[in-house]
Amino acid sequence: MKMNEEVLLRVRGLFKSFGGVTAVANVSFDLRKGETLGIIGPNGSGKTTLVNLITRFVKQDLGEVFFKGKKISHLKAYKIAEMGIVRTFQIMRPFYTLPAFKNLIVPLYSPRVRKIGGGKLGDRDAVAIDILEEIGFERDAYVPYKMASSLPLGYLKRLELARCLALRPEVIICDEIFSGLSMAEIATMVPLMERLQMEGKTIIMIEHRLRELFRIVDHVVVLNFGAKIAEGLPEEVIEHEEVKKAYLGKKGLK
Amino acid sequence: MYLIAPRLFLILAMVVIPLVMPSIYHKRLICLLFIYALLAISFDFLTNYVGLVCLGGALFMGVGGYIAGSLNAMLGLPAVLTIIVATLGGAAICTILLLPCLPLRGIYFAIVTLVYPLLLGRIIEATRILGGTDGMPGLSTYPSPWVDLYLVIGVTAFLLFGLRRLVNEDIGLVFRGIKDNDQTVTACGVNITAYRTRAVYIASAIGCFAGAYLCHLYGWVGLSFFALDFSIIPIAAAIVGGMGTLVGPLLGSAIIVPLSEILRAFGGLRIVFYALILILFIAFRPEGLMNYFQRKYAQFEHWIEV
Repeated sequence: MKMNEEVLLRVRGLFKSFGGVTAVANVSFDLRKGETLGIIGPNGSGKTTLVNLITRFVKQDLGEVFFKGKKISHLKAYKIAEMGIVRTFQIMRPFYTLPAFKNLIVPLYSPRVRKIGGGKLGDRDAVAIDILEEIGFERDAYVPYKMASSLPLGYLKRLELARCLALRPEVIICDEIFSGLSMAEIATMVPLMERLQMEGKTIIMIEHRLRELFRIVDHVVVLNFGAKIAEGLPEEVIEHEEVKKAYLGKKGLK
Repeated sequence: MYLIAPRLFLILAMVVIPLVMPSIYHKRLICLLFIYALLAISFDFLTNYVGLVCLGGALFMGVGGYIAGSLNAMLGLPAVLTIIVATLGGAAICTILLLPCLPLRGIYFAIVTLVYPLLLGRIIEATRILGGTDGMPGLSTYPSPWVDLYLVIGVTAFLLFGLRRLVNEDIGLVFRGIKDNDQTVTACGVNITAYRTRAVYIASAIGCFAGAYLCHLYGWVGLSFFALDFSIIPIAAAIVGGMGTLVGPLLGSAIIVPLSEILRAFGGLRIVFYALILILFIAFRPEGLMNYFQRKYAQFEHWIEV
């Protein structure tokens, strides 16, 4: 773990309730550059809401988020993405009426990528197909050219990730990209994530598959009923009293 | 050849049909047909490529018509200028009017587009500005029926091919992305409201052109420009012709507009037959004619190869 690197994303006291239900309660954490953070917790513990709050798809009641020292928790969702904090959706949201590679034209045409690319990016179709091929869409089998509506789940999850990568992200937030995949599919996704880590990308992963997650992450935050109950290295967290209680119930401890 | 043939056929048909029309009445009918076609194309573009269900044909017609009409009547500008100003300026006005509901999801846009023409019509009626209920007669008209015809046909052809190209460009893909899934587009760091604004500008420019063109065709502009016909009939035409094909709406209005003239013979029952035909279409050919033809034509290709 790289403790001395600069803090990229600083989350302070985020709070959100829907009616009487408190979805996220005073969650704070720091994300350092190049680090991979795992956010875990039982169902309904507020993991996805936390992502929605950081990316401003949902507006928080209280709390602040800082990116590179600048406050970003008042900006519009598209501005957050434009700054380089990009997310995948737990329930995949591709453009079903477009072929897979045309799905990437929207991010490649976005203001962020055009700014980075200095106006022209060259042939966007070719760039899109390159990204897809890198992420496991076999060009020889014409998978990038298939309609998104005809792709199986595994490819759609990859397409979500590809969309993030096309945006040249600084922070990638993966909301359960392993969920619903078979063991074999996960086995091919894990090296993909590891490669992103090696490239120095900063990643937040939300996951239920703890074994796969712990292989990847440097640092874990555990949520339960919206509150942070533990934080630390994977091996520390798993031994934590509160975490065992949250996952196994009180009886599980005996 | 396989790709060119339908396009060539379309252009030829658009050029030839006015030539074979016997009387001035039929020529007028063709003009009206293309006006509805323009509105239907604008509806099709906005609904099926941007995901905004638009019932604002009457709004665009009225704004375009009244701008062109008042410029012509009050300032004496020639038709060439008034049409250009009404198209660009009218589209800007419509876009500003519709701006508040662009960030919203759901049916708000449809409702607001439906209500604006009623509102504007009532304002003109109550305040008696711009001619009040009488409208503004005595506007300049086109020099000959041929100018009438080929102006609107030329613009329609240009729009058909232009929009077809636009929706496959990068910006068009953003529009289609917004239709498919607006949250994903947001997650890509793209401001969807800005893109919707652009799309609404394009669509309302088409509608405003139709309005400006019509007021110089009649030499008159009045409250009937805000009539709901201009909102409803284009939708019917788009459904019959085939949604999401852009050329389908033209085909649809080529069926619906003459049909409504023929049905005039039935007097009061006209609207009943009209509704019946629409229901039959929705029940038995819900995809619309053009989608059906395209499918058949695609099969035809395989047939040739065999």
